Amino acid sequence: MDIHEYQAKEILANFGVEVPSGALAYSPEQAAYRARELGGEKWIVKAQVHAGGRGKAGGVKLCDTENEIYEACDDMFGRNLVTHQTGPEGKGIYRVYVESTVQIGREIYLGFVMDRSSQRVMIVASSEGGMEIEEISAERPESIVRSIVEPAVGLQDFQAREIAFELGLEAGLVPHMVRTLQGCYAAFSDLDATMVEINPLVVTGDQRVVALDAKMSFDDNALFRHPQIAELRDKSQEDARESRAADRGLSYVGLDGNIGCIVNGAGLAMATMDTIKLAGGEPANFLDIGGGASPERVAKAFRLVLSDKNVQAILVNIFAGINRCDWVAEGVVQALRELEIDLPVVVRLAGTNVEEGQKILAKSGLPIIRATTLMEAAERAVGAWQNDLTQATRMRAVK
Amino acid sequence: MSILLDRDSRVIVQGITGRMARFHTKDMIKYGTNVVGGVVPGKGGETVEGVPVFNTVKEAVAATGADASLVFVPPPFAADSIMEAADAGIRYCVCITDGIPAQDMIRVKRYMYRYPKEKRMLLTGPNCAGTISPGKALLGIMPGHIYLPGHVGIIGRSGTLGYEAAAQLKERGIGVSTSVGIGGDPINGSSFRDILERFEKDEDTHIIAMIGEIGGPQEAEAADHIRDHITKPVVAYVAGLTAPKGRTMGHAGAIISAFGESASEKVEILSAAGVTVAENPAVIGETIARAMEAAR
Repeated sequence: MDIHEYQAKEILANFGVEVPSGALAYSPEQAAYRARELGGEKWIVKAQVHAGGRGKAGGVKLCDTENEIYEACDDMFGRNLVTHQTGPEGKGIYRVYVESTVQIGREIYLGFVMDRSSQRVMIVASSEGGMEIEEISAERPESIVRSIVEPAVGLQDFQAREIAFELGLEAGLVPHMVRTLQGCYAAFSDLDATMVEINPLVVTGDQRVVALDAKMSFDDNALFRHPQIAELRDKSQEDARESRAADRGLSYVGLDGNIGCIVNGAGLAMATMDTIKLAGGEPANFLDIGGGASPERVAKAFRLVLSDKNVQAILVNIFAGINRCDWVAEGVVQALRELEIDLPVVVRLAGTNVEEGQKILAKSGLPIIRATTLMEAAERAVGAWQNDLTQATRMRAVK
Repeated sequence: MSILLDRDSRVIVQGITGRMARFHTKDMIKYGTNVVGGVVPGKGGETVEGVPVFNTVKEAVAATGADASLVFVPPPFAADSIMEAADAGIRYCVCITDGIPAQDMIRVKRYMYRYPKEKRMLLTGPNCAGTISPGKALLGIMPGHIYLPGHVGIIGRSGTLGYEAAAQLKERGIGVSTSVGIGGDPINGSSFRDILERFEKDEDTHIIAMIGEIGGPQEAEAADHIRDHITKPVVAYVAGLTAPKGRTMGHAGAIISAFGESASEKVEILSAAGVTVAENPAVIGETIARAMEAAR
């Protein structure tokens, strides 16, 4: 789960990381008012969306007057910010953060991630802050400092000092940097984060170490023990269909194709998408309905897939391991009857009681296209979609 | 003697009184697995599917001589149960539970290193379908009937995709020595590499099939190991060619977040290490059959 910059800054500040003073606003009026509260002569107004690359996309504005703040916010609120991380539809701006500016001496990159190779928490730092980590590792890989935290004892001061010295910080700033690193690690491990990123972390003109930006992501599997973090979920930043699916216990990822997929198991779901592509089609989604594949889940899955208006054919691929194909087949038939689906539906069942399952599909009288192998299923789904397209074109021609 | 588990393996089920655990305990016993007990704190003295329930793993081991464990405990408590098994002298543990916090798994792995190598428990999973040595024993939730006994060693991250591969093999009359699910989580007990080492030493295994997916470095690490240390033929399939970058595809670990983690990059890395890669999931069985033919 992702959170907003201002929330991450508040959390990190509680762990001893220094952040600029700032205030949240839900309207242009409020933003201007809160800037006056903050005081000073220059402010930075930042759109709060769950994506990086806000600066280049016009989501960050430097303002000299309250009037400028009002206008900058008036332009931001209600529109979608499109950055290189959001996809073409962008993410809605409903909150802005107004911050006092600081005098920047130098910029550092600082990240804490789950390193899957060592299976531990890894600190990644670079003297080339301001650039994205992908750019840094492509252009200045020698500037990157890495350190792995031993989970039994946590981050040690010597490790933090090493990082500080390797980044070339002056001796006087090292204790401040150690405090920052320890604060980030404590936040990461106490709150079950999966990522903490401060980019840039700056050394100010008056010799302080301040987090100018902050990003945190949390382990969904650990939210049960962090209700105060779970509360920070902002559905306005999520894909509506994906969050609806998640609320119903289904794992869904929307894509750009036209063949909707309903599959049990994540690996088989990915493999099904791959096979569709191989057969000349494009999958409309990833959808794992879980091992159970009960009739209720199948019906929910159909509803979800159909809510994507680009879907022109549906492929159901269920490998019944523990449950039985006849039971899954009943679920498919029931869902098709209830939802009165008029798109071509291809069903491939495999595993326990597959013959009985096929019989149920055949006897239903519904125009279900059956397939026995994965390849056959994908070819038939793509064929049905193309056929449908040709028919649609013909219909248009007749009209 | 197959790797990890055999007819003689003495199995306990942690969390045996749960609905799913009961169901699968019954199924494992039916398959011929030597299930000797279960563990649920506070339910010691009860009986489930004809086997005794104990309060602690230590008690269960003392009373039954158990050496293998299947963990069915809910996510908040699963890490604790795995560590309990490691401390009680269990040799092999499979954790089925999906949804364990990643930092809990980091702690579990660190904890297991307290024990010297010869006393250290081997863990596969979490978030996996388990391990089966067809015709001998089943420690997991997979349908036993789709596997024939034979000489293909399977290692996979995904459950149902593993079934798909096993079914394709069965259709061709090809059997499996052992199939090991290593699970879909980012922090897992054993990697491809850990299991590859065991299959290399196993006389029953003549060819190894790896079923990978997007995300994480473990397929690439396996490729390095195969190039330098594995003499048996290895066939692989990597799922997620059409998966977009930066999105979690069902499994917590199935997310492309760095170079080398996409399906096409993994395919390239494995091919370069001499692994025969099945281009799509429909030809996994066929590719294995051909590789077996070529090795003959």
